[in-house]
Amino acid sequence: MRCYVGIDLGSTTTKAVILGDDGGILGRGITNSRSNYDLAAKVAREEAFITARFGLLRQEVEAAAGTELLERLLKAFRMSQTLAQLERTHELIAAEVEHTVAERLRKSTLAVVEDMIRVIADEEVIWFEDPDPPARSDFFRDTAGSAYMRLAEERGDPAGVSFDLLVGLYDKCIIKVENEPLELGFSDHIDAALARIGDPLVVREAVEKAAGTEFDEVSCVGTGYGRARLPFPKEQIRSEILCHGLGAHAMFPDTRTVLDIGGQDTKAIQVDGHGIVTSFQMNDRCAAGCGRYLGYIADEMNIGLHELGPLAQKSTRTVKINSTCTVFAGAELRERLSLGEKRENILAGLHRAIILRAMSLLARSGGIDDEFTFTGGVARNPAAVKALRDLTEENYGDRTLNISADSIYTGALGGALFARREAQGS
Amino acid sequence: MATDSADSVVQKDRSMVLQKNMIAEHFKRLERAPESGEPVVYTFVPGNLTELIRSFDALPLLPEINALQSGMRGKSKDYIAEAERAGHSEDVCTYVKCDIGMLKSGNIGPTGTKLPKPDLLLLSYTGCYTFMKWFELLREEYDCPTVFLQIPYQGDGELEPEHRKYIVDQIEADLIPAMEKISGKKYDEDKLKHHLGLAAEAEDDLVAVLHSAKNRPSPIDSYFGGVYYVGPIFSAFRGTEEGVEYYRELRKEVEARVAAGLGPVTPDGSLDEQDYRLVVEGPPNWTSFREFWRMFSEEKAVVVASTYTKVGGTYDLGFRHDPSDPLGTMADYCGGCYTNLNMPSRIDMLVNYIKDYSADGFVINSVKSCNSFSAGQLMMLREVEKRTGVPGAFIESDLVDPRYFSAANIKNRLESYLQMIDARRQRTAS
Amino acid sequence: MSNRKIIIEWALGVYEDLHFTAARETLSQNPNLKAVGFLPVYAPREVIVASSMLPVGIYGGGDQIEIIRGDAYYQSYICHLPRSVIELAQSDRLDFLSAVLFPSTCDVIRNLSGMWQVMYPDLYVRYLDLPHVRDPEVGGKFWERELRTLIDKLGEVSGHRASDDDLRAAIHLYNEVRWVIRELYRARSAEPWRLPTEELYLLLRAGEVVAPELFLDKARAYLEAIHEDSPPMKDRSRVIVVGTFCEQPPLGLIKTIERAGCWIVDDDLLIGNRMLTRDVQTQGDPVANLAEAFILHSEKTSVLYEPDPDGKKTLMAQRVRAAKADGIIFAAPSFCDPALLDRPMLRSGAEEAGIPCIAFKYAENTGQFQQFREQAGTFSDSIKLWGGS
Repeated sequence: MRCYVGIDLGSTTTKAVILGDDGGILGRGITNSRSNYDLAAKVAREEAFITARFGLLRQEVEAAAGTELLERLLKAFRMSQTLAQLERTHELIAAEVEHTVAERLRKSTLAVVEDMIRVIADEEVIWFEDPDPPARSDFFRDTAGSAYMRLAEERGDPAGVSFDLLVGLYDKCIIKVENEPLELGFSDHIDAALARIGDPLVVREAVEKAAGTEFDEVSCVGTGYGRARLPFPKEQIRSEILCHGLGAHAMFPDTRTVLDIGGQDTKAIQVDGHGIVTSFQMNDRCAAGCGRYLGYIADEMNIGLHELGPLAQKSTRTVKINSTCTVFAGAELRERLSLGEKRENILAGLHRAIILRAMSLLARSGGIDDEFTFTGGVARNPAAVKALRDLTEENYGDRTLNISADSIYTGALGGALFARREAQGS
Repeated sequence: MATDSADSVVQKDRSMVLQKNMIAEHFKRLERAPESGEPVVYTFVPGNLTELIRSFDALPLLPEINALQSGMRGKSKDYIAEAERAGHSEDVCTYVKCDIGMLKSGNIGPTGTKLPKPDLLLLSYTGCYTFMKWFELLREEYDCPTVFLQIPYQGDGELEPEHRKYIVDQIEADLIPAMEKISGKKYDEDKLKHHLGLAAEAEDDLVAVLHSAKNRPSPIDSYFGGVYYVGPIFSAFRGTEEGVEYYRELRKEVEARVAAGLGPVTPDGSLDEQDYRLVVEGPPNWTSFREFWRMFSEEKAVVVASTYTKVGGTYDLGFRHDPSDPLGTMADYCGGCYTNLNMPSRIDMLVNYIKDYSADGFVINSVKSCNSFSAGQLMMLREVEKRTGVPGAFIESDLVDPRYFSAANIKNRLESYLQMIDARRQRTAS
Repeated sequence: MSNRKIIIEWALGVYEDLHFTAARETLSQNPNLKAVGFLPVYAPREVIVASSMLPVGIYGGGDQIEIIRGDAYYQSYICHLPRSVIELAQSDRLDFLSAVLFPSTCDVIRNLSGMWQVMYPDLYVRYLDLPHVRDPEVGGKFWERELRTLIDKLGEVSGHRASDDDLRAAIHLYNEVRWVIRELYRARSAEPWRLPTEELYLLLRAGEVVAPELFLDKARAYLEAIHEDSPPMKDRSRVIVVGTFCEQPPLGLIKTIERAGCWIVDDDLLIGNRMLTRDVQTQGDPVANLAEAFILHSEKTSVLYEPDPDGKKTLMAQRVRAAKADGIIFAAPSFCDPALLDRPMLRSGAEEAGIPCIAFKYAENTGQFQQFREQAGTFSDSIKLWGGS
């Protein structure tokens, strides 16, 4: 099967999208960018191929056994991956204990760790088997990490092993786990997944058929912040500006203006009716007003990044914030708090302030035309979206604002479209 | 206005060797000035009155050139730090801080020779507020007279007759008497006329060189190469025999490249295949000059016209020094330097360059140091795009502060921009 | 309410009104009157008034305006003032102006004049190149010619070309204005608790946008009122605030400095309103008189060349002595070339004279004052402990 790959190497996450000959999306993958760009690109790509295979599988299994069985298989597959990573974490921690922990503590430490890993594995199984599981991060580092911290707090001291030691071990080893090319491939985990759901014959046959299909990768285009580090020849690299424009056009064909707010930068892009960029502006070297700014604020308030937006939405008024400088953000926040201002009202002001920065970039690039598409990590923040909606309305009047649930893949999708466009010579 | 030096020779043409020798000789003379008795006049590139200075047998020294050379030689970071330690704000122009840091670190010039103290600070106030403070600051370090020469800004797009008169009045009332005093010589109008005639001769050849970029391929890069070409005429050699010879030679070489269908010599060799013809507004970054240039040349982008190479005079717009009206022509010269042009005139200049040189695009390099250049460039971007239909790129750096040169950021923008031009071309073609 | 309070309430209302209602009302009451905006630092208001026009100082949007369009025109390393000026213009708050003057304060304001020419082609825009050369025959004559050109041009815009008598009347009026401002400054220096700077500043800010006659009435009334109900005397350090001539600090910063224990007894705030240090002659050629007054008797400021090589060194000690101050606060707007490039020279002169100094930067929309409170408070305490100069 002929296919085309786009990889978007962002500062925080790396995304991959696979397109078929007809331009339809076959698969998508995402992973932490870590410090190893090659590996991140490899993992994201592999994951995209896995979802592509599951895509093929879906048709077969749905016809033969219905969606429910397919969903169970998919979940079982992910669980198998997760358990393998957990096992690897355990191995590394054990080795670390042997090397670094004083002998008198070794035995008790190993016992606590083993106990904790077992509990986490059990909890993972429960989560995966839950038909309606609670929402959580997509990344192993976060899910395993939060369970590990909780357990370390509960079980460390009673067993005479300090919390700090346990956390130190985890922090050291999780980096290695993330930086090792763990075998996440389709064939390695599919058997385990099949076994876990009882190995029904109809599913096995469908699996074998899908597994047998060869993906013929015709071409690949890389993009994103770290694109120059991708192991690709120069001709296969496109600027993320162009990819975002084309990707947004593919998602919403009437798009004329695109705003992307990522971790490190903000981009305002104008595209024509074919998704070709006609003008763009990026924030200057100062990262004021980017996603990173919200990260600082979340740290300062000691809450999770994803909690910021919902908290800001509870505001009763919007406090005027003048500085979107990451350096001053903390000071301004503390001063407002000390004056008795409510957290949610300050947060509403902070969200408005970062969107104001984006508005000036949009104005520089040529304004906001209809339709208007918002992408990037900050597009998932409801308070930022509300501020953008308000300011767009105030300054440009009625505009259709598009936000895709898959907006994080916009750049990778654009890359894959470039790959396909070039290969097909259109 | 790069005027160095063995480590960054980009072309081994005869003109390059000439330039190198001229400059080395000049700095040697400067070093000997305290003994030889030749008076030294510190002044600025925009509005420099080299012919007048030379007519009194005095030597010009240009602190901006020293600052940019310090940037190219990797010294500016320490010099700036030195000045900031002494109380200078991180917000202000880095040329000034670099110059003051150099002074505080022994005042060794770009060719390794010691720089002499000034006998006169000639504050030619031409389109840059910082110039005024720069020499007020230097005045605190040196016990010498300062002449303030106010060049009225072309706020209405031209040097008004009253403004011209004001400049001439100042030259007569303040500058000439000061020059007579420090040199011990009487003002000699014939000698001044002689230098002005030589200036005009070199200016003719420089303009021919600049216009050569209308060819395809362009035989020169009018920005990265351009700063070398304008070096002699912007610094100490306008109105001199050496200057005339340099430009005659340069013109010959460029004409030979046109005949041979060759492009300019870049850090990576001859750029004969040119995919993008660009116009550039704003000064270059000096601390990563070659890296910056390479970002263009690697993409096969050549600069066909730039505004920065006009800060020492807008000869390509028609101005020539005119020996028949020596003081008036110097007033006209000062008034017309690029730094002294108003925003509408700067926009017109870019629009005309894009048309006259058949450019595919234009790049604004906005430097943090220089409000004279930078304040309003985003409006220029918008206006030039509107009037030409050609998209522009906006990148940001600094003159000589390496902290403000982010290679990844600039490369990203430039690449995105050139790819955008490509995508638009393909759209138009299909 | 006391007279003092009534006047300050009025001034606060004018200060906070970014739609310039007071100026608009003056225009609607006088159909032949037109308005001329001018940016900091100095514009010859006499010429504007004599041309049947209302001078309106444009000092930015302070901390009350949300910048949406203004930031689109400026990089992060340029001061805040031009952003809010563009914001005011782009939101139609300056649409009552028939002309705008941009004095040669710095390159940012200079270039803003060209941006105005491009963005508002129907408006009369003039860049005012102030004379730096103090020779009356050279710099004086140049400025005189500039003033005559301005008189012609404003005459074309207003339909009334100022006659010599118009100019003399305007000079007389502004001699009165400057007298009352000097009187206010003198009274504040003598008894600063009676004239806190937050009040004085509001009054003078209002004076920048209302008719000069109205300002004169208010200012005279205020001078009388300060003795009626003055706040109790407080023992505070006496400071001068230097560097605030263009982009204005937020009112909160002025309050913060005083409440942290410093009386401001001299400052650069709105310095254009008292740029000419002496009365301008009303006899003879009024244009020549205005030019001569500027050349020979203008305040020393960072926006003008200092011909005296010792001028920068000695200026701070002179001002401190004249104001009987104990110390200097160098308060510069971020990215302000004139204030920041001047500071090392002024400060070293002050320190050589043994004058205590502190320095900080602000923007017109600075929203947090904690660090200023701490610095100014510590400064005041240390002056009290160790004594001033």
